[in-house]
Amino acid sequence: MADSMPQVLARALHGESSAILQAWTSQQEHDLSLRNNLLKPGELQKQSQQLLDALSQALKDGPADDFSTSTTWEPVRDLLSRTSRSRAKQGFTPSETATVVMSMKRPLLASLQRQVGDDSSTLNEATWWTTDLLDRLALFTMETYQKEREEVIVRQQQELSELSTPVVQLWEGILALPLIGTLDSARTQVVMESLLQAIVDTGSAIAIIDITGVPLVDTLVAQHLLKTVAAARLMGADCIISGIRPQIAQTIVHLGVELTDVITKATLADAFAVALGRTGKAVVAKKQ
Amino acid sequence: MERIPILKLGNCLIAPIQVDMDDSTAIALQEELTQQIVKHRAKGVLIDISSLDVVDSFIGRMLANTAAMARVLDADTVVVGMQPSVAITLVELGLSLKGVRSALNVEKGMELLRRADEEPAAEPANADDEK
Repeated sequence: MADSMPQVLARALHGESSAILQAWTSQQEHDLSLRNNLLKPGELQKQSQQLLDALSQALKDGPADDFSTSTTWEPVRDLLSRTSRSRAKQGFTPSETATVVMSMKRPLLASLQRQVGDDSSTLNEATWWTTDLLDRLALFTMETYQKEREEVIVRQQQELSELSTPVVQLWEGILALPLIGTLDSARTQVVMESLLQAIVDTGSAIAIIDITGVPLVDTLVAQHLLKTVAAARLMGADCIISGIRPQIAQTIVHLGVELTDVITKATLADAFAVALGRTGKAVVAKKQ
Repeated sequence: MERIPILKLGNCLIAPIQVDMDDSTAIALQEELTQQIVKHRAKGVLIDISSLDVVDSFIGRMLANTAAMARVLDADTVVVGMQPSVAITLVELGLSLKGVRSALNVEKGMELLRRADEEPAAEPANADDEK
């Protein structure tokens, strides 16, 4: 056996690069036939060409034993992560992203067979080595894809929690906090802090917490609400909870949650009327 | 040890807490407040904690106890100017200061005490002290 496996593969890649590229691209196009509209024309061809070039360069340059850390493989890693990141953003599925690397197997192995010829033991070893390499490339692609997706989720969570806790002033001395979406501990903390700060800033003595947009109230959410009410009360502001839907009223009673210390109203309008009354104001119809 | 001043205003006592309270300061305040309530026959106690940034469970319980003691001596207690962070801490500690009234600032606190004083109209003796 004269050549090492990377060299055999590099020779195969070099000798038939255009044929491999042709076969690989058409294989990818076939696999992605339904998704062709997501990629610009020629983009697939370009990406494949770059990846193939980087791969053959890396094979020529040095040992391939350590794919994830060695500097020889850095261009390949770069290209792969860029490709899978852009695919994750474009909305490709995980398997479609993995296909980029996986579909290289067939043309590459076919080319190897032509290159090595009848030497079955060399062919066997080369096949094994190539499969191993491609598997590692595919795993790397998946990992990057997953990471990109997780980043998107984290970013969305942050945006959501900032977006959904506005404190609005309804009248002098009356604040309203319309809550939308599920309340968890982290969000309640943000809600509580922004409400208490607004109470200090505006000197309001009444705050209305409107839970019309809260899809479900369990014991945990109720506890969070009661905590917020207790903290506001400690600062000298009364809280009114409004927007309690019939189903939620039923749930609260079934769960045995005690809301007796808090003023509760069915709608924000009712709560606002109470708040106006507390501050000694009233809405009066204009004389005709 | 720093002392918290206690001011008399009409039939109310005002205790502005301007320093970081430690346990001994808190106990001293509690003792002096109860003495002053008896001495001046005060009907209301106002504790201003607007410059208090940190509370622990001891201070929290001290506030609740002071209110309970004042209640026994027939005086209402109002805690005013609590910082948001302090309120969150107390709630997380499970201290909701049930017997204590609170207000946003000294002005609103005094109004609350005055109204509480007017409500039990059964005591004519208080009516003379008004204003």
